[in-house]
Order: sequence, then C-alpha cells, then structure tokens
Amino acid sequence: MSELATTDASVIHDIGYQRYTGRRLGRGAVFGAIYVHGIRAAFGLGRSAKAKIFPWLVAGIVLLVAVIVAAVRSQAGIVLLNYTTFADTMSWLVIFFVAIIAPELVSRDMRSGVLPLYFSRPLRAADYIGAKFAALASAVWLLLGVPQLVMFVGAAFTTKTGMKGVWHELGDLLPGWAYSLLWAVVFASISLLIASATGKRAFAAAGIVAAFLMTTPVVAVLLNLPSSTAQHLAGLASPMSLIGGIGSWLIYGANADLNVDRFGPVYGIEAFTLIAGCLLLLLARYRKVASL
Amino acid sequence: MSIIATQNLTKTYGGRVTALADLTVAVEPGVIGLVGANGAGKSTFIKIMLGLIAPTGGSVRVFDLDPTVETDQVRARVGYMPENDSLPPDVSASEFVTHLGRISGLPRTAARERASEALRHVGLYEERYRQIGGYSTGMKQRVKLAQALVHDPDLLLLDEPTNGMDPAGRDSMLALVQRIGTEFGISVVVCSHLLGEVEQICDSLIAIEGGRLLRADRISAMTTASDVLAVEVSEGTEELASALKELGLDVTVEGRLLLVPMDSEVTYDRILQAVADLDLPLHRLDQRRHRVAELFAQRETADV
Repeated sequence: MSELATTDASVIHDIGYQRYTGRRLGRGAVFGAIYVHGIRAAFGLGRSAKAKIFPWLVAGIVLLVAVIVAAVRSQAGIVLLNYTTFADTMSWLVIFFVAIIAPELVSRDMRSGVLPLYFSRPLRAADYIGAKFAALASAVWLLLGVPQLVMFVGAAFTTKTGMKGVWHELGDLLPGWAYSLLWAVVFASISLLIASATGKRAFAAAGIVAAFLMTTPVVAVLLNLPSSTAQHLAGLASPMSLIGGIGSWLIYGANADLNVDRFGPVYGIEAFTLIAGCLLLLLARYRKVASL
Repeated sequence: MSIIATQNLTKTYGGRVTALADLTVAVEPGVIGLVGANGAGKSTFIKIMLGLIAPTGGSVRVFDLDPTVETDQVRARVGYMPENDSLPPDVSASEFVTHLGRISGLPRTAARERASEALRHVGLYEERYRQIGGYSTGMKQRVKLAQALVHDPDLLLLDEPTNGMDPAGRDSMLALVQRIGTEFGISVVVCSHLLGEVEQICDSLIAIEGGRLLRADRISAMTTASDVLAVEVSEGTEELASALKELGLDVTVEGRLLLVPMDSEVTYDRILQAVADLDLPLHRLDQRRHRVAELFAQRETADV
C-alpha cells in the first residue's frame, strides 16, 4: 500500500482523466469477446503454464493417434480407424477434456465471484451461456476435428486414384466432422450444466466424469436383454452410445457395434431434447445467478 | 438535473422481508454517500439501480431511464464495484480489466488502453502485470474500482469500497473516490455503514435505516453555520479559555480541547493572537465540521 500512496500520486494527477468518446459495440461483440476468451481459456492460452498442461496433453495424444492412423494407412494400407470410429475411440479422452475444461469455463467464474461484474454490464444470462457453450463446443470440435483433418491430409496425399480419391476422402471427412460436432455439442451441454451447479472445480469435474461413467453400464445391461427392441434402444441410456446410435443411423460405416435398426429418429429426438433441455436448465440457473 | 430519482421505491423478498420501503429520493450529480447499517437496504438499492432485480413497488429512474426496462442503456453508463471478493486469482489485473472492458462493449485496442489507464488512475502500475491472487486487499479493491471505471461510466456505484482495508488504505481509497467525483467528472454513489468515513468526501448524503429513508440532503445543508474551531494547547488550557472569554468568544471546554464557534475569518487570528500573548505552546488549531452523526443523533432523539 505504502508505495501506492507516495511519490507516484502526483504523476496520476498530471496525466488527468480522459473521457472515452470512441465506439461502443453491441451485444454481438460482447458475445464474441466471451467466446474467444472461452476458447483461449479452454486451451490455457494467456494462462500459466500449469493451465496449459492438461488440454495440450489431451490434444497431443489425440493428434498422435491420428498421425499413427494416417501413417499406418499410407504405409501398410490398413485402415485402423475411420473418421467416425476415431471420434468414438477418443471418447474417454473427450470426457476427461470436458471434465476439466467445463469447470474451467463456468465454475471458475462462480468461485471467484466475477459474475456480478459480468451481469452488471449490458450482457444477458443467455449471452453468457451461449458464448460459454459455443466456446466449449468449439474447443471439443477442434480437439477432434484437427486430428481428423490430419488423417484426411495423410490419406489425400497417398491416394492412388488422384483427384477422384481426394474427393472420395473428402466425402468421408465431412460426415466425420459433422459427427465430431455432434459429440462436441452433446458433451458441451451436459458438462456445462453439471459444472454450473458448483463453484468447486474438482467437484464439477468428478460430477461430469461420473455422469458419463455411470450411464455406460446401463447400456451394457440393456444390450444383454433378450428383446431385440431393447437392444436397439439400449444406446439411449448413455450420451456416448446415444451419439454412436445417431452415427450408425445417419453415417455409413459408423459404429457397427450398435444396431439402431428403425429407431434412428428416436436417437435423434433424444439428442435434440437432451441438448435443448441442458441449455434451458443452464439458462434458468443463470437467470437466477444474474439477479444476485 | 437528478441523476437518480426514486418514487416510493419498495422491495420485499417473498412478501415477508422488506429491504426497501417507500424510498423517495432525488440525487444530484456529485459524490453521494449512501449510509446505513448492514442490512439497511443499501445493496438492494444498488441492485435495483443496475436492473439486477426489479422493485416490488414504486419507480426508479437513473439518468431518466428505467433500469428494469432500459437495462442496457443504464448499465452502459454505470460502473459497479461490488462489496464481495469478485476477482479471479490466476489472471493479471491488466488482462482482467481489459476483458471486462470488452464485456462492456469496448473494441479490443480501446479496452486495452482504457484498462491500463484505469489501473493507473487507481494507482496500479507495474504490479498490474502480476496475477491478482498475489495482491493485498487494498490492491484488490483498486482493481475492483478500475474495472468499474474501464468503460468510462457517468455514474459509479461503489458498494463498501473500503471494505477490509487498513486505515491508511481507507484514506487513500476515499481520496481516490473523491478525486473521481471532482476531477474526473463522474458521479459516485458510495455505500458505507460508516458515516464518519463518507461524510468527509461526499457532497450529499442519503441515510437509510431498515429500508426507510432517514434523511437525504446536501452535506452543506446539514452542516451550515455549525463550524467550530478546535484549539489545543499543551498547557495553560484554562488561562486561554478565560482569555478568549474576555475577547467575547463563546468557548466550551471539551476535555483537553477548547471549542470556539467560527463566526468569521477573524476568529482564527483572534485565537492565535490570544495564544501568542499568553505565550502558550499551541498544539493544534483546526476547523471542525459538526459531525453529521450528531445531526442524526439530534434528529433521532427529537423523534422519540
């Protein structure tokens, strides 16, 4: 304190206060600022080295797997994983990623008490939630989408059928990207909702992992039921198999383990309801938080 | 022109707890003290002005805008410093204030410039690049003030700005608030439960108790014609008292102090002359406003 009150005080005096006469941007720009801030936070950019370790470790592993897959395919001609099964295989890493990053995005703000500073500005609960959700979904999508692009580049350069082969490969990549986006959106909405319940990051992370972990055995049990309808619908019980189910419904060659038969639309409806439900609950939660 | 005007403003929580009852005030620009005990309704009043909560009854207008309807316009012109700890520990003050500047709608470069300027105005220089977690309470309060200033508001709402600070820190924070009100041309509402603290820096004062308005007026109106000079000499207090009485001054003795009502500028000189004539060691001679607290005390006893 003492150094603040002494000699420097006269310096402040001389500079004088300047009024701001420049442009003030609207809510769209504010949304963008929170979104970019969220993506940077997800990958620990602008944070300490400690905050960077985890996201880049996960990203590194996922990327390494993609490089190996691409290399094996180009050298030995064996397709270990296609674009969609790649995303499925990485699911546990994605879960750990959102379990760490979702609390980083929302629990942290709650814990440090900055929310009153946000909500005393021209910003609505919906803007805040929307931007955080978009940031987390983008981060997860980048986590899967970039390695998928690496696989594509690997395949495109070593194709033996020229441009036709590249086009064919692109036809596989785009649904793969869409599939990753589905992963991103479902995981982002669920994990943000859980993370928003508590200001303690460790609890939030445990809650998110638990939510995904606990539902997996339910699917296994349902798959062992004698009824074929029960088997077809088993995937609805867990977010991961839910996404897998939509994949096998819409994308050729995705998730052969789960046969959804004619129930594909049921998976689609559930996914939509799940995402919308999570976001609405988040909004309700933050409407309340914003007024405190 | 009033910057804040309320008409029978009422806020009840769940129909049972009354936070504000029938509050009617009109606030002129300047430094305004909002005083009351804890739970008197100060924070509720601030939250209503920010459009964070809607009043149960009555109306409030800030810059002639309704905060519950024209929330964004009001908030763009108002800076808010909350009472509680509200800073993330693991970012630098510079980054944090820049980010909040952008949340207020400033473009990227403007946000960065204004953030470092706001931090400089509150007295944070090189330390603004360090993580907030390592700051002292006083520095944290300064960061909170800087984030309220970053978007160049026309009105600052400061909720207990000296909370948790040591006496020296309090004084410099109050001096800073006063400078913002006078030199920066920004009106400031300072919430405090310590009347003695805000009365030094405020132009006007709103006192609330149990959600009701106790008194709202300009400080000058509250303290007119009540200035006294306090004289303290190391020895010979009684001699001086009698000497001053002979000069026709109405002296009252208060412990070691002599209180002399200041009728005109010459009172100073007459006291000094008397001290010099008696050759007494003068300890202090200062002008003392009647404490606003005394006015409230008088009023309260009058009410009873």
